Amino acid sequence: MAGTIVIKNGYVFDPLNELKGDVMDICIRDGKVVRELSPAESKDAKVIDAKGLTVMPGGVDSHSHVAGAKVNAGRQMRPEDHYKTNLKKTELTHSGSGYTVPSVYKQGYDYAAMGYTTVFEAAIPPLEARHSHEEMRSTPLLDMGGYLVLGNNWFLMRYLKEGELERAAAYVAWMMKTHKTYGIKCVNPAGVENWGWGENVNNLDQANIHFEMSPREMIKGLTEVNEMLGMPMPLHLHANNLGHPGCYELTKESLKISAPVKPKQNLDIEWAETKMDLARERSVYLTHLMFNSFAGTSWRDCESGVKDVASYINSVDHVVIDSGCTPFGEATVMTGDGPAIHDLYTLTGNKWSNTDIELECGSGVLPFTYFKSNPVHSMQWAMGLETLLLIKDPWKTIMTTDSPNGGPFTKYPEVMTWIMSEAYRKKTFGECHKWANDRTELGGVNRELSLYELAILTRANPAKTIGMAHRKGSLGVGADGDVTIYALDPQTLNADNYEELLRAFRHAAYTVKAGEIVAKSGEIVSVPEKRTYYSDVYVADAQEKDMLADVKEWFKYYTLGFANYPTPEKYLENPTPIKVNQES
Amino acid sequence: METLILTLKKEIDIKLEADVITPDNFAGKSLEAIKALSVWQGPNALPLGDFFEVEGKSGNSAEETFIRIKGDASRIKQIGAGMSAGRIEIEGPVGMRVGAGMKGGELLVLGNADSWAGMEMEGGLLHIKGNAGDHVGCAYRGSWHGMKGGRILIEGSARHQLGGGMDGGEILVGGSVQHFCGIRQNGGLIVVKGGAFRGVGVEMKGGTILICGKIERFSPGFEAAGKETGLSFGELEYAGEFKKFLGDYAISKRAKGVLYANAAKNPKL
Repeated sequence: MAGTIVIKNGYVFDPLNELKGDVMDICIRDGKVVRELSPAESKDAKVIDAKGLTVMPGGVDSHSHVAGAKVNAGRQMRPEDHYKTNLKKTELTHSGSGYTVPSVYKQGYDYAAMGYTTVFEAAIPPLEARHSHEEMRSTPLLDMGGYLVLGNNWFLMRYLKEGELERAAAYVAWMMKTHKTYGIKCVNPAGVENWGWGENVNNLDQANIHFEMSPREMIKGLTEVNEMLGMPMPLHLHANNLGHPGCYELTKESLKISAPVKPKQNLDIEWAETKMDLARERSVYLTHLMFNSFAGTSWRDCESGVKDVASYINSVDHVVIDSGCTPFGEATVMTGDGPAIHDLYTLTGNKWSNTDIELECGSGVLPFTYFKSNPVHSMQWAMGLETLLLIKDPWKTIMTTDSPNGGPFTKYPEVMTWIMSEAYRKKTFGECHKWANDRTELGGVNRELSLYELAILTRANPAKTIGMAHRKGSLGVGADGDVTIYALDPQTLNADNYEELLRAFRHAAYTVKAGEIVAKSGEIVSVPEKRTYYSDVYVADAQEKDMLADVKEWFKYYTLGFANYPTPEKYLENPTPIKVNQES
Repeated sequence: METLILTLKKEIDIKLEADVITPDNFAGKSLEAIKALSVWQGPNALPLGDFFEVEGKSGNSAEETFIRIKGDASRIKQIGAGMSAGRIEIEGPVGMRVGAGMKGGELLVLGNADSWAGMEMEGGLLHIKGNAGDHVGCAYRGSWHGMKGGRILIEGSARHQLGGGMDGGEILVGGSVQHFCGIRQNGGLIVVKGGAFRGVGVEMKGGTILICGKIERFSPGFEAAGKETGLSFGELEYAGEFKKFLGDYAISKRAKGVLYANAAKNPKL
């Protein structure tokens, strides 16, 4: 029977069910976790003997740049990223190439080989939604979704300026349905619009050109709209002033804006059984905290400001972050924050791509290498790990590299090992510039995360944060049968033996997706279908009609016709709407 | 040193990707095992033995292995790619990317070499008796870092973008070069006995270029820095008077490239 499997006697780490390495069987029937299989079902079920191995829910990446126009721009402008890294076609799998920006097939296989089964695209410009969906549809083995970039959207800037929150909410709801996207992404709010005029914004209260909206007003407005609609995830914020010495202060201030807004997730879905309450507790999800945590005034006197931001986050309950770690080596920086990439261009002189997306947003792309010999890069490496180690509650942190900005997702095994092994951190301190030690607190940190905490940072919390824990990130009854089995015995695990950790995380012993074994020790063994999730947000007809009349009027400023704007469901493989804000 | 002789036994239509032909891959292998190594032809991986007779014996290590290639290898690409030691001698012409990324050893081409010879080479000696094509010792498309070490010696002439993005090592050309010699050079030495045409050293940030013949259409971003008589770079010596230029300042004001041009051949510079 397809999608039916028993994973026997493994040490199960399932934080949403408070399982901390309990030895037990995981049963999956027709792709979903069940309490047990009937004797008849057991007879036909596949069995994995996981005795002595670590079993976790399938990996969930809540912030990765894997699909759409800027990822593809990265591929196009970097032939040198592709010629040394390539994948031979097999009877089962496609060929592929690329290291920091792999082709769609390769990235699906690479994620699955590491035990990941769910990946959310970090930034979809509305006009590029079709392209993003085409790439997500062609990325095998991963259940996906994407966040819609709305922080510099002309309609929202107008509605929020005029205090028309209802209209703004109706617009967001309509946009999610129209573009089949999942949550609100806010990139350098109010600043990217200024970039269209060669400017940026420097503080939270600077009004931008024409629209006269400040970053503070955008963040406040979008947080409110997010909770009015009961969206599955918090506002996903890429804060202003990214990548500049001294930016940590502004980051802290930005996070405070969302504090008064109470999270009010309103989903009409079936929930997997879990011990923990799955309701969302956060009103802001700040991405790649490392890039927003520089202290100092220049690249000469800069130092880590993570400690300060972390102590703020430790003191409040409305914030969750992902790290944006930089594991050294090749990267391709790509973001909707055009001016930030232009700054990197002037710093490095590397080849640079920039795009303005009409009434919506912008973006920039640039190849970048993080060197161990470079003082700032070494400090950034330490800062990324600080974000995960200085914030005490693991339920406020998510491990990412902002792939491929800090480095490709294939470097996750290194990051996971650094946060679990002080010995591995010490080894890297010995290899990189002394600023890693001198300008950060990391050297004094002896915290080593357990497998249980790792499961929070890489599965349970990303799923819970973005509102996907009803089926992802846990092995509770009713959850998707997505499982990672690592060749690690928790009884004999020694964090000093970091080579063993690296080996285990690079190639999961088994990756199971909806009850099918898809990868075995790094080799892809089956390619079942996937799903794409989006938020189907309800607003009253009259409210939508009123908003659309205005949107149609302003559509004259677009280069395309209104009828061609939406992304039809046929662009998605197994489109799976999440019902949001339904009438009670 | 043990010698292996590869004799081409048929005419090649679609070009072969033969990066398996290195002393490193052949060392310690039986003739049968060598014939079974696969080469790509279009979408197909085929055994090397389909294309070559293989005779002789391989050494125990790359250092002790000498590979001689007989026949027209002009449609065979990537011979000696990434080799770290040992020797390869190609008796006639050879296809693209010969010695690309080689790290050590010696690779001798008696005929002409196609484009991308010694691309991103790191060490060793690539000696081409005939002419070379475009992109000798150059960075791959999209990359800004070419050859890092070793020496490329071309007795004939080369074409465009010789030493593009070069970080280190030496390229010595007996004849002339065409456009964009030393474009984006970061380090290392390029010596051209003959002339060069347009774009010499453009956007170079470091390293040295010496053109012993005439430079047509001199690059505009260089500043004159006097004259020097008799130049020497290690064991390499060049007699005569040379005009010295620094640059390329067209984009970066911090560039540290040095360009010498033969004074007698370039009176108008």
